[in-house]
Amino acid sequence: MQPGNSKSSTSFATTGRSRKGEPLVWLTAAGLTLGVLMALGLFLLIFIKGTASFWPARIDLMEVSVDGTSEMIAGYITQETERRDASGKDHEEIQVFRGNKDLNGEAFKYIDRSNILRSTRPESLLFVERMEFGPAIVEPVAFETPAGSIAVDAVGFDESLSEAIQKSAEARSTMLHIERKQIGAVSREMQALALAEKNLQVDPSTATRRRAELEKEFERLQAKAAEIRAGLEGSKLIGMTADGRELEVEVDNLLGVFASNRASFVERVGEMLHRMWKFLIEDPREANTEGGVFPAIFGTVVMTLVMSFFVTPFGVIAAIYLREYAKQGMFVRVVRICVNNLAGVPSIVFGVFGLAFFVYYLGGNIDRLWFSDKLPTPTYGTPGIMWASLTLALLTLPVVIVATEEALSAVPRGVREAALACGASKWQAIQRVVLPASLPGILTGVILAMARGAGEVAPLMLVGVVKLAPSLPIDDIAPFIHPERKFMHLGFHIYDLGFQSPDAEAAKPIVYATALLLIVVVIALNLAAILVRNRLKKRFAVSSF
Amino acid sequence: MTDSDSSPATTDRPDFIRVDDFSFHYGEKQAIFNIDMEVPEHQVTALIGPSGCGKSTLLRNLNRMNDLIDGVRHEGDIRIGGTSLYDPSVQVISLRKRVGMVFQKYNPFAKSIYENVIFSLRVAGRSKKSELNDTVERALTDAALWDEVKDRLHDSAFGLSGGQQQRLCIARAIANQPEILLMDEPCAALDPLATLKIEELISHLKERYTIVIVTHNMEQATRCSDRTAFLYMGKLIEYAPTLQLFENPNCPETEAYITGRFS
Repeated sequence: MQPGNSKSSTSFATTGRSRKGEPLVWLTAAGLTLGVLMALGLFLLIFIKGTASFWPARIDLMEVSVDGTSEMIAGYITQETERRDASGKDHEEIQVFRGNKDLNGEAFKYIDRSNILRSTRPESLLFVERMEFGPAIVEPVAFETPAGSIAVDAVGFDESLSEAIQKSAEARSTMLHIERKQIGAVSREMQALALAEKNLQVDPSTATRRRAELEKEFERLQAKAAEIRAGLEGSKLIGMTADGRELEVEVDNLLGVFASNRASFVERVGEMLHRMWKFLIEDPREANTEGGVFPAIFGTVVMTLVMSFFVTPFGVIAAIYLREYAKQGMFVRVVRICVNNLAGVPSIVFGVFGLAFFVYYLGGNIDRLWFSDKLPTPTYGTPGIMWASLTLALLTLPVVIVATEEALSAVPRGVREAALACGASKWQAIQRVVLPASLPGILTGVILAMARGAGEVAPLMLVGVVKLAPSLPIDDIAPFIHPERKFMHLGFHIYDLGFQSPDAEAAKPIVYATALLLIVVVIALNLAAILVRNRLKKRFAVSSF
Repeated sequence: MTDSDSSPATTDRPDFIRVDDFSFHYGEKQAIFNIDMEVPEHQVTALIGPSGCGKSTLLRNLNRMNDLIDGVRHEGDIRIGGTSLYDPSVQVISLRKRVGMVFQKYNPFAKSIYENVIFSLRVAGRSKKSELNDTVERALTDAALWDEVKDRLHDSAFGLSGGQQQRLCIARAIANQPEILLMDEPCAALDPLATLKIEELISHLKERYTIVIVTHNMEQATRCSDRTAFLYMGKLIEYAPTLQLFENPNCPETEAYITGRFS
């Protein structure tokens, strides 16, 4: 090219637009925007729907007339839809939550808006949360105690009601403690005794004496629980439903009341936070459609952590061998392709493999070797949290291997050579210099693996997740960690509630709330890992070349 | 100054490092062709030559650093103090403890200054606190870095300037008191002031170490080396006392190179 020659400079000229690269910039920006919008939209939808399910809505009292018969309905609107009937006429239809499932059979009612004659919001309407049959919406009439009845407009109605609710909550937790802990401990000891007797490890007379003692203790505890239960009897809230029927709520069935039509905005926000808190810390009730999801949160977090605990060392060790020790050739290439393809295997296939290999083969053999006295009841030869974690560890192994390999190869050659030139062996160089320098990259892989593992549901259904687990995998009963136990998982909880629930409509808000919670749990786990990584990055920052 | 130091002391072996008909191949490609040379003890020997002439390859063979590369092979022999590097009884790790190395790009580890210096002791399994402390002070003093970093020994090594990092690498290389110090273009990534400091350091260090330095910089070779070897296309063209090689070269290639007619 001759400089200064106008001909040569024009032959290199491009059109102004593409020289600036504008169309492509717009295209890439549009792609990113679309992605961000979709992610934000998804999150916003789940966030709004999820938090709205806790919001104490105002309760409408509506007079609805269908074909000449009119009916009073109290409830709050949960959904509005438009429907076109066969004659082509549009109907505005609303879905109303009216509770009182024990009286109505269905907690929801669909109403054609044009059938509503009038609608009011009486301040006295009470939203009553119950242990059974879901919430009720009533007009309170009186609060009955063994000492006498207090009418709703009498002095002290609110106080004695809230006092009774508090007392019943305390009594419930005491009873739960007696039933789960103390009676549980007695029955465990009885089982152990029976086993020891079967294996002739105890003297029969001692065993009989001990058993009698245990039975006595058992009866004593049961009597204590019954006494507490009896203490609640006789107190009940009496209310009137919108259609004029009387509804009695025993205090031991009463969880709380909230007059949402009377409450101020601040009170309603307080009630919402209270409901959210209970959702987080309570056990589920009523086929999971009521109560909280604490066991599912716990199960998800424990499973993800155990999975990371297994997958990280395995993945890192495998990657170190592949990258640092294996002779780079045909075989290593094939192994690497296999590892990458492993990441593409559908997760349910891992579930099947986990069931066959971990549960039936490994677990079955563990049972035969160490728990043969309990057979045919399986101990480890049945789905459980450890097998689920191991299956997911297998599933996420390629992620960790690939990330670790990348991180190892990103460590500058000069650093390795410097270590070797100082008289370090190859392993010392890897352990003391290369691994610390690649730790942030390795942790990125672990973060990706955690994100993938925490959201996985399909394989878990085969290797350990259940709809309702009676006890947590980690608790205060020796040996404290129970890797053989089945567990609950937020992802499975969503599926179970949304698609397996007897009352799909009632479960819908909880599905959104659980989805939101799953996202929050995954983000929280990731944030924790990212924080760890950033701290390490500061410590092991690689120099600028 | 190079003049007066060029005569070796009586106890110093003139053939401390002996390269004997040495050839080296990277796979199919031969990088070094039948080189014979002797490096005297306690002197600075410079290897010069155009890029790709094999000087770095030769240097990296002195501590068998090239063993790390797949598909290399060699012919001939290199002896240090009479022992062949390739003797089956020689362990590469103990060889590298006797032959320290400083690289072109300063490459401290992502550790504190202190840990960088004692790395070779750590990997040798020594952990006596007093010994480590003494080593750090001695090595950093020898590398003319002690006064600058003595108050922040436990800070990250990356907080140092480029020249300081390279001197830290020198301290790290001499911490375990090797007999030989190999330097592969130690000043290539440094500014003139830092270069000057390293050069002073080299003249100072040769009292205790036998130094072999690869350099692209003719002035550097004249300033701090006692003997200079000119390599070209994998062959040793000329090897003579530095002054003689630069003032009165024997071979036309050497003259062409040092006068800058090709590089």
